Amino acid sequence: MSGRILRRVGFFLGIGLLGLFAIIPVLWALITVFKASTDLYVFGPNPFLFNDPPTLDHLVILFKNTNFPVFLKNSAIVGVCVVAITVLLSVPAAYALARLTGGWGERSGMAIFLVYLIPPSLLFIPMYRIVVWLGLANTIWSLVVVLPTITIPFCTWLLLGFFRAIPRVQDEAALLDGCGYFGAFRKVVLPQVWPGIGACMVFAFSLSLGNYIYAATFITASSQRTVTAGVPTELIRGDVFYWSELMAATLVVAIPLAIAYGLFFNYLVGGFRSAEEALTGR
Amino acid sequence: MSVLTLRALSKRYGRIHAVDGVNLTSGEGELLAILGPSGSGKSTIMRLVAGLEMPTSGDILIDGKSVLGIPPKDRNVAMVFQSFALYPHMSVRDNILFPLVARKVPKPLRQPKLDQVSRMLGIEDLLDRRPTRLSGGQQQKVALARALVRDPELFVFDEPLSSLDAKIRSQARAELRELHDRTGITMLYVTHDQIEALGLADRIAVINQGRLHQVGTPRELYMDPADLFVAGFVGTPPMNLLPIDDDTIAGLRPEHLRLASTASAAGDYALDLEVTVNQLEYLGSEWLAYGTVHSGLPEQGEPQQVIARLPAGTEPPFSTGDRCRFVGTHQDVRWFDRNTGKRKPAAVGAVA
Repeated sequence: MSGRILRRVGFFLGIGLLGLFAIIPVLWALITVFKASTDLYVFGPNPFLFNDPPTLDHLVILFKNTNFPVFLKNSAIVGVCVVAITVLLSVPAAYALARLTGGWGERSGMAIFLVYLIPPSLLFIPMYRIVVWLGLANTIWSLVVVLPTITIPFCTWLLLGFFRAIPRVQDEAALLDGCGYFGAFRKVVLPQVWPGIGACMVFAFSLSLGNYIYAATFITASSQRTVTAGVPTELIRGDVFYWSELMAATLVVAIPLAIAYGLFFNYLVGGFRSAEEALTGR
Repeated sequence: MSVLTLRALSKRYGRIHAVDGVNLTSGEGELLAILGPSGSGKSTIMRLVAGLEMPTSGDILIDGKSVLGIPPKDRNVAMVFQSFALYPHMSVRDNILFPLVARKVPKPLRQPKLDQVSRMLGIEDLLDRRPTRLSGGQQQKVALARALVRDPELFVFDEPLSSLDAKIRSQARAELRELHDRTGITMLYVTHDQIEALGLADRIAVINQGRLHQVGTPRELYMDPADLFVAGFVGTPPMNLLPIDDDTIAGLRPEHLRLASTASAAGDYALDLEVTVNQLEYLGSEWLAYGTVHSGLPEQGEPQQVIARLPAGTEPPFSTGDRCRFVGTHQDVRWFDRNTGKRKPAAVGAVA
């Protein structure tokens, strides 16, 4: 009896410690945002407490005196466009791959995933030439064009698992019930993969939001920069780090994203698992 | 009521002949079963009829008109799938209405059809539920309702009872037959389960390795199998098939292998065997005796095994290990050509 209680206590203690480990950086950032500068740089007193009253000054500076709102807007535009392009292309691609079983379907599925594994640090130089050739250098549209090269393979692969989970007889039943091929896809298959598409949107958005290398190399004009490239260049001046503003800029983006991830977490994991099973044939 | 005709229908996948020159015509409003072991091509025939696959050669006609160029959505063939294939994201009502919506049937006409089929199948109480919340039997009824709602010319069933519990299967079978009799729609019923086919169908087409072996009523198939495959496939336990000479095989149903002491016709038997009983099974309604033939057949390499079925009313007058005389009358024995497998009119060679 007492052994069981002890085990439960140990279990929750472990969970608590792990949770704390994960949350401390966020907590630290949150405290830093609202600390007065004088409090922030003082040694001695407990760094986890507000020794001076908390302040909104840093947030005000971030939104009023820096280009952060522009970065935010640029990131949002890029994100929405990338998500739209990704969903538009990877949904039909994944459906086709899921239904083309045997031979080419599976091999192309694997090939698409391999493309995702080529690091952007190798690709950004040829990509930059293409961007220049298209006349999009130094604009946010360069990212809208290039980022789908990362998100489409990934989302196709993720969606493949969702489409594979829908038995082919569903399509066939729809055909016999009076749908054409597109009707069967739209009315019967698509409504069953909405969670997968939702997961894809979250994933594509966060990938486009988190991309640094393309954002930093393709764009130099401050007014065209996104959050990832803009914040470090704008809020670190020489060796002066605007810690509170940096933390605020990070949290403004990270917290909504974390919530979205939390909502779609189960779908993401489920999608990965079934995609992997589909490709490895287990 | 429609007539389905298959004319020299063939389907090849690479080198495999899934369906090999099948000729078959249904009666008007008939319940025609296609019976065969798994991999025999029966499911392929069904998919060809539904339009989900295109034949390599041959023709499919409904009421005398070829439907080959017609896509599945315009064929008006309704299919009930083995897994039922209900749409999990729709309510039962929307599932049943789906064929009408997809065919753009005007709204005012939909409700009466829905009421009619859901009353016929007794699923009025389930309309607001999700298919995933239903039992197997309820799912089957919803699948039937969805197939029925649009007045199909032809009904195609793909082993619709195999995903049900054994307990409700016989009830579902009876309901299916009743549904057929009430609607009078021509039905094609694909199954590997001979009990299902024998109990349900007006006629049965036996298929193996893509070839049609025999078409006939359940009685014809059982009493007069056209060849060795049908003889060995239909009936549990199967027909005793005993080689007589190089050309002939004698077939005898287990219930026709009688003890000489109880047989009616004295003397003139087509088969007269001395059998050692190896095993005796009591099955409630009958006894099954498994034995080895000692004499009565020409000398063969291996001793022949036979099965006899005895009524359960009386205790068998022998026990395991006994040697008994079993006989088969001329009337009951069927003769087959050993080389072609086909039926022969009568035995030529004498039997000792």
